Amino acid sequence: MQSFIEQFFNIQIMIATWPTLLQGTGVTLLLCAAVIPMGLIGGLLAALASNSKSRLIQWPTIAFVDFFRSIPPLVLLIFVYSGLPFAGFRLSPFTAVVIAFFLNNSAYYGEILRAGLQSVGYGQTEAARSTGLSAIQSLRFIVLPQAIRNVLPDLLSNTIEVIKLTSLASVVSLAEILYSADMARSVTYNASPIVLAAGIYLIILWPLVRLVSQFGKKIGT
Amino acid sequence: MSQWERFIDTFFNRSVIVQYLPDIFKGIWITLEISVLIVIFGILLGCILAVLRVYKIRAISFCIIVFADIFRALPPLVLILIVFFGLPNAGIFLSSFLVLFVVLTLVLAAFSEEILWAGLTSVDSGQWEAARSSGLSLNQALIWIILPQAFRLAIPPLTNRAIAITKMTALGTVIGVPDILNQATTAQSFSGNASPLMVAAIAYVIIFLPLVIASRRLEYKFSWKKV
Repeated sequence: MQSFIEQFFNIQIMIATWPTLLQGTGVTLLLCAAVIPMGLIGGLLAALASNSKSRLIQWPTIAFVDFFRSIPPLVLLIFVYSGLPFAGFRLSPFTAVVIAFFLNNSAYYGEILRAGLQSVGYGQTEAARSTGLSAIQSLRFIVLPQAIRNVLPDLLSNTIEVIKLTSLASVVSLAEILYSADMARSVTYNASPIVLAAGIYLIILWPLVRLVSQFGKKIGT
Repeated sequence: MSQWERFIDTFFNRSVIVQYLPDIFKGIWITLEISVLIVIFGILLGCILAVLRVYKIRAISFCIIVFADIFRALPPLVLILIVFFGLPNAGIFLSSFLVLFVVLTLVLAAFSEEILWAGLTSVDSGQWEAARSSGLSLNQALIWIILPQAFRLAIPPLTNRAIAITKMTALGTVIGVPDILNQATTAQSFSGNASPLMVAAIAYVIIFLPLVIASRRLEYKFSWKKV
């Protein structure tokens, strides 16, 4: 038991590595701030395109979405980070992470938003258009607010997944929370820094996870 | 060399692919093996936990909720690193395969518990009352009346989650599980060519694309007539 506490909850080591982890947290938050809005925008475009009436737009979009939903994000990230340099594209870790996650998140958010758009009856668009709103206005003011409300729990739970996903950036040595913690671990031969990192993730994500559970109770599935 | 030839040589190099294909196949086998194990044990454990909550024993329910919350909130890679690097120093030695299996099984169990519990609570309470008043015991009502309906509600989200978590087997590469990605990155660094990574990506698409499409079908099928 003593060695267990020593190994996982060593307070001295935690205090010593705290500043590094705090910096890492900053990088993680920055990454989230870049990746979440980009994924939402990409997802919205994918959702609109896959609801398009033209087959020529619809099919490639669905193929895009399914393709990136079937590739594990880590495979995509490693492909972008260490595969593309062979073709002459050398990317910084941050750029590589942002590109890989943009593709992955657009696919996931796209799938959710598509379901959301479909849940709003076509009569809403017709009514909006007949009152004189333009296509973009009726999307912006009538359809989208309803669509987002209908899939809010899914959007939230996907956002949690995106935040968790940023930990993969440690694999391409971007100094976010997990990378900083793992560096500290390899210097101290002790797992406490990673436990501390887990604590930081819990502080950020536990409230959101609780929120998703509350949604689940109301809606059923 | 033209642009196109260079592209082919970098990502679809025949001699490199032929040389390392057997390794990638070994990786595919490992990935499939561990995925099947995770899905079976993860969903089973999740079911057991969700059913335990039906009995409304405070202490047990509380522990299950805390477990499910933690394993849903923490990034799997964090858990993998804690277990893989922490336990040996505390005197417990697990192979990297076992670490990956245990962590992802627990993560899937946490999610399936939550999904099934949502399913269980959304079965109308009249179903319970009717079942009990027809003379079924609590357990009989649960097994024959409530669980089948809860499962029906849970199948689409459960499928999505199971696919998402089996895709995470690629994380095993970080701790040295010889899965598809691991074989590919090793081959890439030996050959100095990106083709193995391309093969790995294609292998993942071949494995998971049918599942993704199937899950899309399932969602359509179950979305119209809710129980």
